[in-house]
Amino acid sequence: MTEPPQPQIQEEPEARQQATERGEREAEIYVASQWKLVWWRFRKHRLAVVGTVIVILIYLIALFAEFVAPFTPDAFDADYTYAPPQRLHFFDKDGFGLYVYGYSTKLNEETLVRTFQVDESKKVPVRLFAHGNSYKMWGLFETDLHLLGPVEKGEPMYLLGANDQGQDMLSRIIFGARVSMSIGLVGVALSFIFGVFLGGISGYYAGATDTVIQRLIELLMSIPTLPLWLGLSAALPPEWSPLRIYFGITIILSLIGWTDLARVVRGRFLSLRGEDFVMAAELDGSSKPRIILRHMLPSFASHVIASLTLAVPAMILAETALSFLGLGLQPPIVSWGVLLQEAQNIRSLATAPWLLLPGFAVIIAVLALNFMGDGLRDSADPYAR
Amino acid sequence: MIKYIARRVLYMIPTLILISMISFAIIQLPPGDFLTTLVAQMSAQGESVDRSQIVTLEARYGLDQPFYVQYWKWISNIVLHGDFGESFEWNRPVSELLLERLPLTIALAGGTLLFTWAVSLPVGIYSAVRQYSIGDYVITFLGFLGIAIPNFLLALVIAYISYKYFGQSVVGLFSPEYVDAEWNLGKVLDLLAHIWVPVFVLGAAGMAGVIRIVRANLLDELHKPYVVTARSKGVPERRLLVKYPVRVALNPFVSTVGWVLPLLLSGEVIVAQVLGLQTTGPLLLRALLSQDMYLAGSIILMISVLTVIGTLISDILLAWLDPRIRYQYQ
Repeated sequence: MTEPPQPQIQEEPEARQQATERGEREAEIYVASQWKLVWWRFRKHRLAVVGTVIVILIYLIALFAEFVAPFTPDAFDADYTYAPPQRLHFFDKDGFGLYVYGYSTKLNEETLVRTFQVDESKKVPVRLFAHGNSYKMWGLFETDLHLLGPVEKGEPMYLLGANDQGQDMLSRIIFGARVSMSIGLVGVALSFIFGVFLGGISGYYAGATDTVIQRLIELLMSIPTLPLWLGLSAALPPEWSPLRIYFGITIILSLIGWTDLARVVRGRFLSLRGEDFVMAAELDGSSKPRIILRHMLPSFASHVIASLTLAVPAMILAETALSFLGLGLQPPIVSWGVLLQEAQNIRSLATAPWLLLPGFAVIIAVLALNFMGDGLRDSADPYAR
Repeated sequence: MIKYIARRVLYMIPTLILISMISFAIIQLPPGDFLTTLVAQMSAQGESVDRSQIVTLEARYGLDQPFYVQYWKWISNIVLHGDFGESFEWNRPVSELLLERLPLTIALAGGTLLFTWAVSLPVGIYSAVRQYSIGDYVITFLGFLGIAIPNFLLALVIAYISYKYFGQSVVGLFSPEYVDAEWNLGKVLDLLAHIWVPVFVLGAAGMAGVIRIVRANLLDELHKPYVVTARSKGVPERRLLVKYPVRVALNPFVSTVGWVLPLLLSGEVIVAQVLGLQTTGPLLLRALLSQDMYLAGSIILMISVLTVIGTLISDILLAWLDPRIRYQYQ
């Protein structure tokens, strides 16, 4: 990657100002590093930028879940089973004031089903930085501060409704983001190791090694993934701790998910192998690992990052599907797929349609990640065109 | 052509062998073997375990012998006698259960594939010819949504709507009166009336993908010199479009079967579970949850084999359609 010569700027008095400006900009493009060029191109892709902002937001929410969520995920209140979502009101009679309306309940004498009605006479004041259930932030210090919560502890506030145990859906979706979004990252990190290793070997050595690995990839791609995933996760011992199950599932997902990545890496390797700078490094007597890591890897890193970003949503969807079917993560863990298990029963779904909301969290996360990945892929090769 | 087909079929054999090994590995994975589970279940139900029965079963599956002997017994029974083993949960031969459910799975996958094609061809052509029109944007947006929405969520929403507004608790493939009926014209018509919901749910993601590919391919073709030449000679726009560029852009239809089919059969498992269809998906799920491993392994094997065969057919079709591929191997 040699730098092109800087353009000569003609010294003409009148046009000098303009010319230097243009020249400076051109010169800036000429000397900009590859990553800068990638960033400039990425910035033009508006949907990708929006997607990136949303992705960062979701990860921030997941990181600070304890603080952002109004309640802890396992806090329950049997009085508010299937309480419907409340609207958050911003303006009180005298100016700004946050509040929600309380519920009045009616017990159906025949079916013993409790129905909720929004009771406009009961006002539940809500405030920012409210004191609620106490928690240990990242296991470091104890606090009871929540971004949003009822002023009086114990008052009902269910912005997205409650489930069958009167647990707040909003809090559970926020905590679910932590598991669902991180399983994508961990799974992709593992696939990355498999994919780069096997794809790299395949592309660099070519020949018989390449054929064997390519056949293996074709084989794995030709098997419907979900049945295979289900079969493997059914074998995870049920007595495992939640954390071990979590890692077991990510390993299973990445065992089958590395194929796409390996293909990208192999393709790049094959096209780079013939480049002059690789030949030069070889003649210089660099070792193979050094050529791969020091010379080839940096020049296709942007492509790999784009493919990685596009692999995250696939992992998230896979985890959601597995947990939804009951063969992935199990209830003490809160993930979007686990939350959707509650929506599997059509009768409870009919009484509480808001049980589907974790699904919309999945859609938003997947869409945002897809847009971000598309933008990265389009800008991965800044020298093209 | 024959040479090409022979080559592809030969390639398929090692794939099939490996798939069978993976399926067998899944059977073996859960701790303990099939018999310990069976014995535990029987004694949990208070039934006495017949010693001689266990010995017979042990001999039948070669459970006291090493892994490769067991595999060989399993696979040779399947290939030579069509004997997939016994499902202890259903107390019936696995082959019987497969015969019941597999045709419905094939019908569903095939129907969805045809539906995917029937919709994505005209939509893709429209989207390419009217690039950057409002319709194109709407289609692109819907396509993104189709890829992002997990199909079981779509199924859940439809199940919810049908329960809330039509009072049907399960969508299913048949009306209640036909579920256990023998096959007759009424049952087929009933199936056709019900199958479009799962077909739509299953097809959504694949459709979005294929529309994008058709659009991209057609856009590449539309700006080639031969199109400009034909237009300047006065060929009517519609004929110009259908006669050449669309024909070239049709290739991905056949070549995408290789990845659309695994996608369909994967999605089928979860969608069938949500919509309560009598296909292999829910059967597999139940088998896995109750560790009915011979049934589960056989279903995974059959679904994978189906995919490989489907891909083979699509490859042969592609070679038949596209001489460039055919001649590579001559």
